Amino acid sequence: MARGKAVEVYNVSKRFGSYQALDQVSFTIHENEFFTLLGPSGCGKTTLLRMIAGFESPSEGAILLNGAEIETLPPHRRRVNTVFQSYALFPHMTLAQNIAFGLENLGWDRKRREARVAEMLELVHMTQFAARRPAQLSGGQRQRIALARALAPEPQVLLLDEPLSALDLKLRQAMRDELRSLQKKTGITFIFVTHDQEEALDMSDRICVLGEGRIQQLGTPAEIYEDPENRFVADFIGETNFLAAEVLSVEGDMARIRTPFGLEITARQKGLTGPGPATLSLRPEKIGMQSQADGHVLQGTVRGRNYMGGFTHYTVDVAGQPLRVSRRNALSHAESFEPGQTVSLGFREDSARVLAQ
Amino acid sequence: MTRAALKSFRLWGLVPAWALMGLTLIIPVAIVAGVSLADRGPYGGFNWALNVSSYREILFTMGWTDELEFDPKYLVIIGRTLAYGLATTAICMALSVPVAYVIANARENWKPFLVYLVTLPFWVSMIVRVYAWLIILGNEGLAEKTWKFFGGGDVDTFLFTPGAMLTGMVYSYIPLMVLPVYAAIEKLDPALLEASHDLYGNRWTTLRRVILPLTWPGLAAGAILVFVPAIGTVLEPMLLGGGKQMMMGTLIQTQFGGGRNWPFGAAIAMVLMAMVVIVLVLNARRAAAIAREMEP
Repeated sequence: MARGKAVEVYNVSKRFGSYQALDQVSFTIHENEFFTLLGPSGCGKTTLLRMIAGFESPSEGAILLNGAEIETLPPHRRRVNTVFQSYALFPHMTLAQNIAFGLENLGWDRKRREARVAEMLELVHMTQFAARRPAQLSGGQRQRIALARALAPEPQVLLLDEPLSALDLKLRQAMRDELRSLQKKTGITFIFVTHDQEEALDMSDRICVLGEGRIQQLGTPAEIYEDPENRFVADFIGETNFLAAEVLSVEGDMARIRTPFGLEITARQKGLTGPGPATLSLRPEKIGMQSQADGHVLQGTVRGRNYMGGFTHYTVDVAGQPLRVSRRNALSHAESFEPGQTVSLGFREDSARVLAQ
Repeated sequence: MTRAALKSFRLWGLVPAWALMGLTLIIPVAIVAGVSLADRGPYGGFNWALNVSSYREILFTMGWTDELEFDPKYLVIIGRTLAYGLATTAICMALSVPVAYVIANARENWKPFLVYLVTLPFWVSMIVRVYAWLIILGNEGLAEKTWKFFGGGDVDTFLFTPGAMLTGMVYSYIPLMVLPVYAAIEKLDPALLEASHDLYGNRWTTLRRVILPLTWPGLAAGAILVFVPAIGTVLEPMLLGGGKQMMMGTLIQTQFGGGRNWPFGAAIAMVLMAMVVIVLVLNARRAAAIAREMEP
């Protein structure tokens, strides 16, 4: 699908004193895309967002908005709006005035402004609150108004800076779906910043994983989860078991390795060139237990158990190597394993991944 | 503590506070109020009485034929006092916002030092500081030299003009404005300014629609702190204004001094105090209205 480029980031670096916040970052965000910048705190994701908004400028490199250089444009001249982490609603204005603020500055006439404000309030289901002030709202309602205010001027790109982090769990779930459907409905490009990998996997068209000021991987949620580029991504997204392995040979994107259990397997690899030490990544839900053990079968002893309702997480000791295993409680009387019990585990080669150490 | 003990503590614990208020505020004001109703003594001083003639004197003079004639000369003084007070407040406000903004946005370790600089003049006696302006604005003073340096034409004198008086008043009271305005700007969430810029607001829009409304409580507090002492000021009109422009402060001073009319001086003082009280009441009402509006 050929789509226009909403934002292009070219070799952007940012230094704060001697601290390198971003190092040679390049990527392109398409029109109408839900794009997520994901990474731990201090990875540079917020800095990147603030550079697109115009609150910071890159030390090196360029940022293009709809094909045009924006370096010299101050924030108020960029057709980009932000949903701030703290929402930053104007406390002295009513909700309607908050939403109209951007429209007034763009010089929309009163009639058009009022229509747009009504439309926005409707969009976020807040019509009856128009005359209230931000202090009279709950967290989730403030969040909706912040969204309405940022969407009202029809920006080319909407920036969202961890907008869900201040909400409680239930609300966060609901807002995820709402954000997603808002993005589809409005057709505006969303750039979403978060450190919550679950949020990122749930909502994004594509995710850019940032770590230590660099892009670690850029891809769809499934690509990032199933085929992590390196150890950082495998570790940061979801849960995994890392096992030390020895590479015997590499052929294209497959590697023949020896695992600590003495098994020799062939699995997909990333970033390896030849024999030597490497890391085997095995996701807990991809290891079967007892009746579900499939592929390469190992014997182990249950060491710990965490009952999570829908799932039970086991820690199983295999030849002195602890393995995390996740088992879905599909039936109401699902079989359960006690610590100390001997169990058989199994995994298939095609769900294992070999990564550089 | 038992309930009764707590109650008696509340009652007796506040005795020192009430004593202080009584001795330094209520009793002196009551005395001044009493004097304003007294008869004028022949050689200064007064004799206790209940006589409103001092207040009548503010508006009327006794004509040759023993009839009261309306005379606005004291109303002019009251009006002038208000005008100078308002002008001083307005100028202080306009100058304080940028100063406070710079301090609030200074590096964290510079802020205490900059605030200290603002309060520094209070370490020197007010009279000395006003005298300093006498030298600066005087003949061949710094002001005149600077004026000539930049090619200004001949000037008679800067001293003893309304401008000199205003300069002195703004100088004296501006720290009282800078501090509350600084506190208000400091409290301002920087994300709100970013939100304004993000929503296409330029600097002027941001100042007018975000910064000013949100720092208004600080500006109002500063305005009260400046206006109240400014309308009671004595030194600036006397020294820098050369006594040419009579103000309420100087009027009171002359009535108790050379004029030897204590009851009239006391009556003017009561009018001045009433003006202050009115301003304070209006401010309290406005603050309450704002609090109601912002309330969840």
